Amino acid sequence: MTSPFEYAPAPESRSIVDIKPSYGLFINGEFVDGHGKAFKTISPATEEVLAEVAEADEADVEKAVKAARKAYDKVWGPMPGRERAKYLYRIARIIQERGRELAVLESLDNGKPIKESRDVDIPTVAAHFFYYAGWADKLEYSGFGSTPLGVAGQVIPWNFPLLMLAWKIAPALACGNTVVLKPAETTPLTALLFAEICQQADLPPGVVNIVTGAGDTGRALVSHPDVDKVAFTGSTDVGRAIAKAVAGTDKKVTLELGGKAANIVFDDAPIDQAVEGIVNGIFFNQGHVCCAGSRLLVQESVAEEVLDRLKRRMSTLRVGDPLDKNTDIGAINSAEQLARIRELSDIGEAEGAGRWSPACDLPSNGFWFPPTLFTGVTQAHRIAREEIFGPVLSVLTFRTPSEAVEKANNTPYGLSAGVWTDKGSRILHMANQLRAGVVWANTFNKFDPTSPFGGYKESGYGREGGRHGLEAYLKGGVK
Amino acid sequence: MPTGQGSSATGAPVVSADFSDITRTDASLRGFLHGLPGVDQVGAEARAASLGTRSIKTTAKEFAIDLAIRMVDLTTLEGQDTHGKVRALAAKAMHPDPADPTCPMTAAVCVYPDMVATAREVLGDSGVNVAAVATAFPSGRAALDIKLADTSDAVEAGADEIDMVIDRGAFLSGRYKDVYDEIVAVREACGPAHLKVIFETGELQTYDNVRRASWLAMMAGAHFIKTSTGKVQPAATLPVTMIMLEAVRDFRAQTGQMVGVKPAGGIRTSKDAIKYLVMVNEVAGQDWLDPDWFRFGASTLLNDLLMQRTKMKTGRYSGPDYFTLD
Repeated sequence: MTSPFEYAPAPESRSIVDIKPSYGLFINGEFVDGHGKAFKTISPATEEVLAEVAEADEADVEKAVKAARKAYDKVWGPMPGRERAKYLYRIARIIQERGRELAVLESLDNGKPIKESRDVDIPTVAAHFFYYAGWADKLEYSGFGSTPLGVAGQVIPWNFPLLMLAWKIAPALACGNTVVLKPAETTPLTALLFAEICQQADLPPGVVNIVTGAGDTGRALVSHPDVDKVAFTGSTDVGRAIAKAVAGTDKKVTLELGGKAANIVFDDAPIDQAVEGIVNGIFFNQGHVCCAGSRLLVQESVAEEVLDRLKRRMSTLRVGDPLDKNTDIGAINSAEQLARIRELSDIGEAEGAGRWSPACDLPSNGFWFPPTLFTGVTQAHRIAREEIFGPVLSVLTFRTPSEAVEKANNTPYGLSAGVWTDKGSRILHMANQLRAGVVWANTFNKFDPTSPFGGYKESGYGREGGRHGLEAYLKGGVK
Repeated sequence: MPTGQGSSATGAPVVSADFSDITRTDASLRGFLHGLPGVDQVGAEARAASLGTRSIKTTAKEFAIDLAIRMVDLTTLEGQDTHGKVRALAAKAMHPDPADPTCPMTAAVCVYPDMVATAREVLGDSGVNVAAVATAFPSGRAALDIKLADTSDAVEAGADEIDMVIDRGAFLSGRYKDVYDEIVAVREACGPAHLKVIFETGELQTYDNVRRASWLAMMAGAHFIKTSTGKVQPAATLPVTMIMLEAVRDFRAQTGQMVGVKPAGGIRTSKDAIKYLVMVNEVAGQDWLDPDWFRFGASTLLNDLLMQRTKMKTGRYSGPDYFTLD
């Protein structure tokens, strides 16, 4: 079906960002060579090589931790909160000023649509720094004391590269800790641009160190004996390995892991907005969201209507060039992730679920997967239990509120959930029953720096964001 | 219909499906209208805003600007209107850009009933329709027989389209049956003319009310549903128009009949108009991308569309003095 109103290409210019041919590690305020085997980072939309990035080996990690320790002891730890705040505010403002540049780079390296990096990721990153900058001189009112932990080793995923960096670095620095952060190997570029921003903000050397690399670098970082705090966002498997690695040490740990969130639509829901929420819940960021609403639980009496509307809405989603301002769904981040999405989708089909995608032309280069939904899914299907981390929605039905709760909670995960109903009392009742760290009511996938985020069960422990997020970086915290 | 515009694109007459069980009493109407899915205000506004971020460039922009010109109901609804002013407006509707014969005509001119004959005289069978506001516009505060007389007066004077206002007092106090009966009566008084039903959404206030009013008017046989008179703020907004576009989309899914949508008031720039067209395209669907099914009630919008059109064609911006005042 071709519309007479075909939107002409509207690409955001990439000339605003200057990508260097190669990047080193950011240690002690300067870029230095790594001693591991350098690797390439590509644009998942075209498979074009964007840059070569250094790999940190154990000795490099050692250097970075040493720099962080020194900065903690001599400069950042003793610095009054109100002085630390100035740096954080400065960083926040520079992020805003260089927002377009960061957004373009994020979309290039990650594959997410520019609309999202421009309107969601980068503004939320700046907001996070502003928010925690405000806490830096008020820690004594936090309820967790005002004593920092020391050096934090932080490992972040590829789905929201700069946003996850902000979630990790902003509270750590506000509380007086110094950090060594490892970005994901497929999306290191915005973290390295952030390192430049730290230089631009005159942040004292060693307060923020960025070490690039893959699993070995991450392992070296979290198991380093001089790291006081480990913060990780990523898969449950890696999270489990990290928990094992730090067991028996004094290190404090927060883990933000996978999810298989239920998005529950009752028959009295605002249907059109619920459909938007379902779309936003699972197709936002190509479904590469740990709190994605990957299980739609819809009340049987409205299931058909909701599905009809959802399919119609899905046919208007525009999949393609991440830098086109009209793109709704970008590229899958890596060949590896695409293979996993394909595998689980094929399993869904083989297990008898009904697979549906709107007609859409996918580019021939790069990694792409169409927005997909599965109907007739039951709790026994693997696609209802395992995290797919892609634009794939499993649709299940329920008859009563208690059945909805049972099904929603019947998962090893517990990160987020959504409830759609016009009835306020039902929202509160459901929120009490659902074992999920975040319960959204009549919305989904909304993030705010003032709101704590984190999971139950296999979705990890600890909270990020809000006052609660300070606990992970202060000695007066419970853990 | 004296001209093709305004008639059903499928050629089928737009008649009401059988809603007789629903429309029998206030209670049955209330049961139906209040049983429609609610509208979440925050979610609706967020969706409308996100559609507003579409970037419409080059060929798409050219298409949108010409379409928007063809959708304009060029309007003058002032106490100070004169026959001379209406003649000038009608001339402009036929030749919006005298310097460029390829520029399309607007859909209609929209005037008070006493100006219909004048507009008709100028427009003749040019293809530009004459629309008249009637039923004690803009407040609608008059007895039914006066509203009906107002309507038939305009039709007899040559109006192709009647823009009526609903009784907001009756609607807000829950007398849905009165509102329904009045629309049915006015529709009858319209004879061959098409009926647009104005809700004055700025007075209905909530999106739930807008959705209910939409269904009420569609069940009563409206050819078009229209946001506002332009005399009350806020007039047309993107979210309100989106709720109405969802209503006509759902009404067609249920009855097979298409109803048009007309936002009016407050749409002044090409950029705004394009946002509305994106919304039409993505919410109601491409079938509504036609002057038969979507209109802009506007006066100043046309000149901005013309300026943008000239810019697209020549690559240069020209000043307002290069476009006619009315």
